[in-house]
Amino acid sequence: MAQTTADLAHVPAAAAPASRHRVGWGQIFLRFLRRDKIGAASFLVFGFFAFLAIFGPMLTSSSKVTDLTQIYSQPSRDHILGTDYAGHDIFTQIVRGTRSVMVVGALAAAMSTMIAITLGALSALLGGRVDSVILLLTDVVLTIPYIVLLGVLATFVKLNSPIFLAFIIAAVAWPTLLRAVRSQVLSLKEREYVEAARVLDLGTSHILFREVLPNMTSYIVINFVIAMTNAIYGQIILYFFGLVPLSGDNWGLMIQLGYTKGAIFFNDSLWYIMSPIVAIALLQLSLVMIARSLEEIFNPRLREG
Amino acid sequence: MAAIAQERLAPTRLVVWGAFKRVWSHFLLRRIAKALFTVYFVSSLIFFLVRLLPGSPVEVYINNLMSQYGYSYDVAADQARSIFSVDADKPLALQYVGYLKNVARGDLGESVLSPGVPVTQVIFTYLWWTLFSVGIGLLLAFTLGVVLGMVMAYRRNSAIDNLLSVAASLFHSVPSYLFGIMVIVFFGIRLDWIPIADMRGALSSGQETELSFAFVKDALYHASLPILTYTLTGLGAWMLLMKSSTIAALDEDFVTAARARGLSERRIAIRYVGRNAILPLFTQLTIAIGFVVGGSFLVEPIFQYQGIGYTLFKAIQSRDYPLLQGIFLMITISVVVANLVADLLYSRLDPRIRTSGRTE
Repeated sequence: MAQTTADLAHVPAAAAPASRHRVGWGQIFLRFLRRDKIGAASFLVFGFFAFLAIFGPMLTSSSKVTDLTQIYSQPSRDHILGTDYAGHDIFTQIVRGTRSVMVVGALAAAMSTMIAITLGALSALLGGRVDSVILLLTDVVLTIPYIVLLGVLATFVKLNSPIFLAFIIAAVAWPTLLRAVRSQVLSLKEREYVEAARVLDLGTSHILFREVLPNMTSYIVINFVIAMTNAIYGQIILYFFGLVPLSGDNWGLMIQLGYTKGAIFFNDSLWYIMSPIVAIALLQLSLVMIARSLEEIFNPRLREG
Repeated sequence: MAAIAQERLAPTRLVVWGAFKRVWSHFLLRRIAKALFTVYFVSSLIFFLVRLLPGSPVEVYINNLMSQYGYSYDVAADQARSIFSVDADKPLALQYVGYLKNVARGDLGESVLSPGVPVTQVIFTYLWWTLFSVGIGLLLAFTLGVVLGMVMAYRRNSAIDNLLSVAASLFHSVPSYLFGIMVIVFFGIRLDWIPIADMRGALSSGQETELSFAFVKDALYHASLPILTYTLTGLGAWMLLMKSSTIAALDEDFVTAARARGLSERRIAIRYVGRNAILPLFTQLTIAIGFVVGGSFLVEPIFQYQGIGYTLFKAIQSRDYPLLQGIFLMITISVVVANLVADLLYSRLDPRIRTSGRTE
């Protein structure tokens, strides 16, 4: 910092705007966090879950220590959140389950964002017949209830790896995002710099990757976060249907077992049922709030209202 | 405008194309064409998934019969033919045509788990209950959301607006199936306020399907928890949408003009602000229909409500493919029809969209 100011003192005028711009985003971000307490809290919560996802499996030993004398025990010092139908520690399951929930969520969000950006941008830039076909396909997929399509498609695939799981979620989730990307590109397309690139005959891929997409980065980041919330729900749903092999640790699996083992109908199993639900709700809420904060950070006009 | 001018300039050459364009640009006809295409797309998708994927359900089924019951291939293939309503021996193209013919005739094969029972029969036993509960839930959520949203917009930044806003975002962010589980866990088990075991199924045992007060009461009693879930989890979105839409409408010139004319505030709220603010919500209604129907698929198993969602849940878990395809198709058709009705309603309410061409 000190160095930059020193540099600035030596190099007047010309360098100043550039370096001010470089610090810009970070400064705006920090100032924003100081002002927006909910935004800061949601970044913290998300950071906590990310920490669990990375280090959780290293910090805990396997959650599958069966202890039939300790079925549905209440929270105690040994079991912070109590135990489940077979005496497994719930807290360990939550901690170890974070990774697969986050990994599949992020993978699926990345895949659906990729599909949406590619097809949406092509649809908007090329127009005509390509546009019609892509839009028709989007409309058709949008019409079919998302959950039903997801459940039915998943019965035909063996979902034994996170990549397949993410792929099947992405295969269903892209249409809403595609529409958003398409309309955004349609409006960017009319800007002067894109027109200039077209006049220079720089080709579709140059226009797309050099002119249009860089100007949509903030928009894409926000949509990625939203896509991640949807992907997490999609994943939980697949687990709930019992379509994913019932092994490993995952919050969805906990809910599924809670349902099939009848835990939702027992008085003692409250902690078992509520722990994954609260974990999901917290993670989702933090993501939604992050998306909203990002929107305000990237779009100064929203800050006043 | 330009198109009309062009048509006038060269009438003869453009007759056929113009006729096609006029049909296509007709809002409702375009919607119907799209709806038919969606149904066709879904039935084809199912066919190719069932037939083309390696280790397809039909082959698995035939192999199962041969190894488990010692059937010969012909007998096994024969049974598979009646159950899946596809003929595994014919070339794929012929199978496809035959399958589409069967679907068009309403023959969706038979359930694997209960052989001899046509899929259509299973569907028609359960579909009504879902349409009934989802329909009421959607209607309640929409009406309540519109009213509360207007209240929020009119009392902007007051205590009631803040309270309702928080409640709306909270209900909006809880997915329906988690809400259902929480209703059972807290109100059914912990507090023991709701007799959840008694409320399972679509009707009490012994209750006949008849047109009587007792029947309607019983049906509503059993559907009340799913309806509550659909209403509360759907409500938040409508409230927030209606609020922003009303705020936008309040700024319109015609509202100022109406005020200047000295019309009563009540009349302005309903006939001027409300009628205009509600329009954008109808476009969301079509998306919501599919969403709620999809949600029934998670909510019904939780409350053990005997609708099509619960049936599909069981079909998926037991990999009863013919039943699964049938329900998938039927749900798609229901949603497509519901969308058409919503579009029709919308084009009645807002004539502007009937004339504007291909803008969405």
